[in-house]
Amino acid sequence: MQKNIMLFVVFLLSVSVFSQEDLEEVKITKKQKGIKKSYTLTSNTSLITSKELLKAACCNLAESFETNPSIDVNFSDALTGTKQIKMLGLTSPYLMITEENIPSVRGASQAYGLSFTPGTWIESVQITKGAGSVINGYESISGQINTELLKPLSDIPFFLNAYGSTDSRFELNTHFNKKLSDKWATSLFVHGNARVAKNDMNNDGFLDNPLGKQINVLNRYQYYDPESGLVSFINFRYMNDKKQTGEVDFDKDRDRGTTNHWGSEINTERFDVSTKIGYVFKDMPYQSIGFQNAFNTHRQDSYFGLNLYDIKQNSFYSNLIFNSIINNTMHKFTTGLNFSYDQYQEFVNANDYSRIDNSVGAFFEYTYDNTDNFSIILGGRVDNHNRLGFFATPRLHVRYNPWKNGVIRFSAGRGKRSANIFAENQQLFASSRTFSILDNSGKIYGLNPEIAWNYGISFSQKFKIFNKNAEAGFDIYRTDFQNQAVVDLMQSPQDVLFYNLKGSSFANSLQVEFNYELIHNLNLRTAYKYYDIQTDYLRGTFQRPLQAKHRFLGNLEYETNVSDNKQWKFDYTFNWSGKQQLPYTASNPAEDQFPDFSPSYVVMNAQVTRVFSPVFEVYVGGENIGNYKQQKAILGANDPFGPNFDASVAYAPIFGQMYYAGLRFKIK
Amino acid sequence: MKNLILIAMITFLGFSAQAQTKKNKNLKYTTEVNGNCEQCKKRIEKAAYGVPGVKTASWDVSSHQLAVILNEEKSSPKDLNLAIAKAGHDTKEVKATDADYENLHSCCKYEREK
Repeated sequence: MQKNIMLFVVFLLSVSVFSQEDLEEVKITKKQKGIKKSYTLTSNTSLITSKELLKAACCNLAESFETNPSIDVNFSDALTGTKQIKMLGLTSPYLMITEENIPSVRGASQAYGLSFTPGTWIESVQITKGAGSVINGYESISGQINTELLKPLSDIPFFLNAYGSTDSRFELNTHFNKKLSDKWATSLFVHGNARVAKNDMNNDGFLDNPLGKQINVLNRYQYYDPESGLVSFINFRYMNDKKQTGEVDFDKDRDRGTTNHWGSEINTERFDVSTKIGYVFKDMPYQSIGFQNAFNTHRQDSYFGLNLYDIKQNSFYSNLIFNSIINNTMHKFTTGLNFSYDQYQEFVNANDYSRIDNSVGAFFEYTYDNTDNFSIILGGRVDNHNRLGFFATPRLHVRYNPWKNGVIRFSAGRGKRSANIFAENQQLFASSRTFSILDNSGKIYGLNPEIAWNYGISFSQKFKIFNKNAEAGFDIYRTDFQNQAVVDLMQSPQDVLFYNLKGSSFANSLQVEFNYELIHNLNLRTAYKYYDIQTDYLRGTFQRPLQAKHRFLGNLEYETNVSDNKQWKFDYTFNWSGKQQLPYTASNPAEDQFPDFSPSYVVMNAQVTRVFSPVFEVYVGGENIGNYKQQKAILGANDPFGPNFDASVAYAPIFGQMYYAGLRFKIK
Repeated sequence: MKNLILIAMITFLGFSAQAQTKKNKNLKYTTEVNGNCEQCKKRIEKAAYGVPGVKTASWDVSSHQLAVILNEEKSSPKDLNLAIAKAGHDTKEVKATDADYENLHSCCKYEREK
């Protein structure tokens, strides 16, 4: 009994501090699965465990979604190789991305932020489709991704991971953990990666992947005292990332700022401090209070040919959360205050866009759960922001289990955000496009805040076919923009235009999923996705560029039974992407044009892991083993300082097949 | 001196005795409730939540333990036991009537202790 109460306390504690982590706690007894879909949570949330993360080649958060149907991994551009993600067809700026419930990828870090979290640090990732919770803020429109890092009190004393690949990328991850007392523990994570050799597999004279170096260090402390009900985390983190891309012959010391050769460097330095303290009231495990604070400074110095782009962001974020009940735990509420402050120093060529943003907000979220088959979360917040004004953000989530192993969900919510148009679209600097902002009356680069409503409905059902587990489901979401900072690539291949939406812009998505255990230990996961994302541009209504209308994902995983501590694991992923609208290039000379639509293509990944013992395992794998390559990756590659140069259009892999191998060593 | 200590002790003891008779707003109370399945769990917890002052209720299928936090100012543990029994489930303190037991769904008809 004591143990049950303890578990309950721990559970509630994690609810208070992480607020969305309940899934993991509830399902702890089940056999470890890669992706867990809850049938009792109110929101449409799936949990990616560390097991699933191991299926990807490597190496960081941006690359960890390749086997996940809810998230599409795209290729951001022909130069940086940074993978961009989309949910419901909208890019990551429309997602709330948090690390242990503190907003992480935002503002200056929008383009590359996901690649700054090494995969081995991650304990789990929770993905919520559609409107998120109001607790973390007002910005999420199409979804929420929360990453939980390994916890010092439950971590193993030593972990080592080494990785190398045929595209000459190398990674080394080392984790150290020490229990300082029965209440204090600390972890030190050191990550380094480098890409040392130049690759040009499509012979266009440009690197297919950037040269790069990253050092990333995290030191965290955890305190937990079950008797007093006090829990705390303190994190310190430093990251330094350097990338060089462009022409193979580009020498940064010789050619920077000249037109000898086209080249680009993106250097980022970041420092984070965050603290968290939570307290569970004595004798009242249902009542708790949490206080989070985060400070970070993020500095990116970069140039893309002759385009200069520098941004520095100092941020402070604070969140006070109080959880309790009304009468009993069927009626729960969470309320609190947020404060955020962002100081930007941003320079685009000779233009200074420096500014200060700040906001203060209050939220209240009420949850009713009949402890059986129905729950509802009603959330609202009001914020006062120096650029967005004073506004309210309502959110609603409903869950109903009409019968056994079936769940219907509905969600609706509003999101509002300021678009950091340069940071979010910086791949466009790698082109000869002229940046023009057509509006000047708004408070954010002359533009108005983006406002959108998102509605969604989903259904999932578990059942048995021939006595094997199966699951089928679908979801439909719609995002309606009331205002959007439109990024117009449909007007002219020499321009990118930014303006307030005139007319309509929406994103409809449908996902149909079917998962089946074909034979014991062999699991199949399939998903078909349909996207209809239309925006009214100046030249007419078009599908959003670089978005496939149809996508299909298949994943097969097979594991042998563990015998003698040894095990084999196999994983295969099939990704089909239908044709995509491409930016308008018809006014260019014929050799510097893209067709209106890209061809469809298939990317296949596979991996084999051999577990030799609980201490040691080795994995090998291949990405894009069908060796599909985008035929023409860069327009005007012969004349990179000419008017038709454009390296920002990547609809498919640039680099062909890639093979990798790695090892993991653990001391438990 | 001895007397002083004695007086101090008695006073102290008196205080603590008084503290115990004072009604606890967050009484942790655990009792055994008979039942056998997830459906029972829902029924038992629902019945517990129906008692005024019950703040949390959780029944464990395998151990048969019902753990609640109860505001004694509103209801007593006895009220809780009566409510659970009314729903058809025998508790350690109160047995359900045969009629209430017979009302249970067939899969919930646990073996009664005589």
